[in-house]
Amino acid sequence: MTSLPPPVLRRSLAQRLRVLFATPMNAAITLAMIGLAAWLGPKLFVWAVSDATFLGSDRKACGDGACWIFIRIRMHDLMYGSYPTPETYRPDLCALALVALIGAAAWPGNPRRTEGLVALLLVYPLAALLFLRGGFAGLPVVETRLWGGLLLNFVLSFIAIVVSVPLGLLLAEGRRSSQPEIAAFCTGFIEIWRAAPIVTILFFGIVILPLMLPRGIDFNKFGCVAIALTLFSSAYMAEAIRGGLQALPAGQHEAALSLSLKPWQARLLVVWPQALRLSIPAIVTNAIDLFKDTSLVTIVGLFDLLGSLQQAIKDPQWLGLAAEGYVFVAGVFLAICSVLSFLARRLERELAVDRHR
Amino acid sequence: MAAAHPIALEGRSQPRGGRARRLAQQGAFYAVLIALGASLLYNIDRNLAERGLSLSFDFLARPAGFEIAIKAIDFSPRDTYAAAALVGIVNTLLVSALAIVTATIVGFTAGAMLLSSNPILARSTQAFTELIRNTPQLLQILFVYTVILRALPSARESLSLGGAVFLNVRGLFIPAILTDPAAMPRFGIAANEAAWLCLAGLIASLFLPLSRRWKTWLAGGLLAVLAGLLAAMLGGALKIETPVLRGFNFRGGVQVAPELVALWIGLAVYASGFIADMVRGAVLAVPKGQGEAAAALGLSPFLTLRLVKLPQALRILVPPLVSQYLNILKSSTLGLAIAYPEIMAVVAGTTLNQTGHAIETMLIVMLFFIGTNLTISYLINVYNRRVVLRGGL
Repeated sequence: MTSLPPPVLRRSLAQRLRVLFATPMNAAITLAMIGLAAWLGPKLFVWAVSDATFLGSDRKACGDGACWIFIRIRMHDLMYGSYPTPETYRPDLCALALVALIGAAAWPGNPRRTEGLVALLLVYPLAALLFLRGGFAGLPVVETRLWGGLLLNFVLSFIAIVVSVPLGLLLAEGRRSSQPEIAAFCTGFIEIWRAAPIVTILFFGIVILPLMLPRGIDFNKFGCVAIALTLFSSAYMAEAIRGGLQALPAGQHEAALSLSLKPWQARLLVVWPQALRLSIPAIVTNAIDLFKDTSLVTIVGLFDLLGSLQQAIKDPQWLGLAAEGYVFVAGVFLAICSVLSFLARRLERELAVDRHR
Repeated sequence: MAAAHPIALEGRSQPRGGRARRLAQQGAFYAVLIALGASLLYNIDRNLAERGLSLSFDFLARPAGFEIAIKAIDFSPRDTYAAAALVGIVNTLLVSALAIVTATIVGFTAGAMLLSSNPILARSTQAFTELIRNTPQLLQILFVYTVILRALPSARESLSLGGAVFLNVRGLFIPAILTDPAAMPRFGIAANEAAWLCLAGLIASLFLPLSRRWKTWLAGGLLAVLAGLLAAMLGGALKIETPVLRGFNFRGGVQVAPELVALWIGLAVYASGFIADMVRGAVLAVPKGQGEAAAALGLSPFLTLRLVKLPQALRILVPPLVSQYLNILKSSTLGLAIAYPEIMAVVAGTTLNQTGHAIETMLIVMLFFIGTNLTISYLINVYNRRVVLRGGL
């Protein structure tokens, strides 16, 4: 039986405009919105562009509009923190590689997409961390305590995401385990981390975690925060992956067993790849949230993008420029998170199509 | 997949292997758990001993010795650390309650705007929610605190609402409901807040598309509280005091500190961005025929939304809505960044710094959050059993 696709309604521009004035209510709303835009738009434009100062090197060059010089002068702090200036090519190269790999993993036409994903999630994080730290092949060591700015947001969220997905998978399997002790332990672990605010968890990382470590093992603040964020993220990843495990028909596991695969083979080769695929949208949503949440490390005294800005606006030379700073930082987060959510939505559509085929 | 499967029990994996193997697995699990726990406790014990600390909650009974700038219940530095923690808890609950009410109202309104047939309105609301959802919450709170609130006029040029509510750079000034100090000396501020929360709750509950029975109960209860307050007022136990400009600042009334206002706005706006999208999704999930039938009966688009679509959407909406409310409660800890004395700032901040009791203070904070989370999860399960399943959408 063949079926025709539903007819596509094409409306002309005039018809579309008519919607705006279809009822008195709609007309009033349209006029109010146009009025608001006509009042606010020019004001914003004048502040951010036409009256703004882009060139110059000190405060005196700035006029009535936005003072973007401030951002330009503080750009190194905002992007790299205290990372030494001659070495900044390293984070730059890492960022380029990241963009290239995300592109390779997300581009549907890529024949080697799986390899791209493996490189992105397994090879890249280790390689990038080693490269950023240096200490081999003539690269000077850059201690983690010097890392800051947007670089720190990326490093922390990347460590947390890459480690928390396998941890989350184990926790999710544990929560579904038929052994009540294991299920109870995993459920408790997941729920405790999900009940606590992230600020509390960051405090846990820098205050309690050092007390729990045996003698001789000593992490700096960066390490403690990275561990705390990873544990926090793994609880959320566990719930995302549990959704995927539950959505997978039980027949898949049974079919694998009936083909005389061993139970661990059935999980590793049949259940996990499919369940992870099903939970990708939820995992990406968690990843975006985590990226935004890394800005909270400001509260425990690490200088990420937001923390570096908080320091910069207290500089006596540049007082009163908080608005410019916040607009810039918000723009950076907005751009990165929007791109990631766009990719997530496309991936979700693609997976939905695959499932219905 | 219609027939019940013989093997799959609640989707859980089946126990495998013999009894002996199962026992061995359990034994191994307990052994690992005990070893891990013991080594953690051993480490904590040794590390504390090295720092000259011991595990004890005795410090809670000692005088705190610090002042709390924003408080909803009476507190002085002579009071104990336990009392200080209580002030922090009340502050957390206060800002969360305010933000939850505001976020619900703003979120539902924005959700309705997202569903508007006017594309300009729908698209600009969407742009705004995307901006809110894709920037960090801490950034928004800091922006409100350091940019927007600082740009407000001075006390002399306050923005005023009917000569009773004033907004200026020093915060929000609202009328106070004062108790007769002779009658109830300790509950002065609390009575005032209770009255204001009742008022806000009344407005919010009338706004919410709850079922009629719930709404009657809610509105009735709140009206009773208000009537009680009114009676007390007429009897002379309570009186209303509006803030008045004297010199450079306002006297009388209640001053809502800028920190509270900033945190309140920041929490409410962030959550409302998410609530708006949930409302939109839930309404779109209502079968299309419902809206068409309502239109055929001659209901206007607004009434269709209000009377037909929203009540049905609420069944899908309530669980994620409550998890947003829990997020507001958890995110109120961001008050730490702008010196709003909520539980983290008071207990894990000042108290921890003064006493050094890291584990005890963190335990108090964790217990508070786990307790509230479990309570609310339990309530939501009760709601789900009673409403969602019975409806069978």
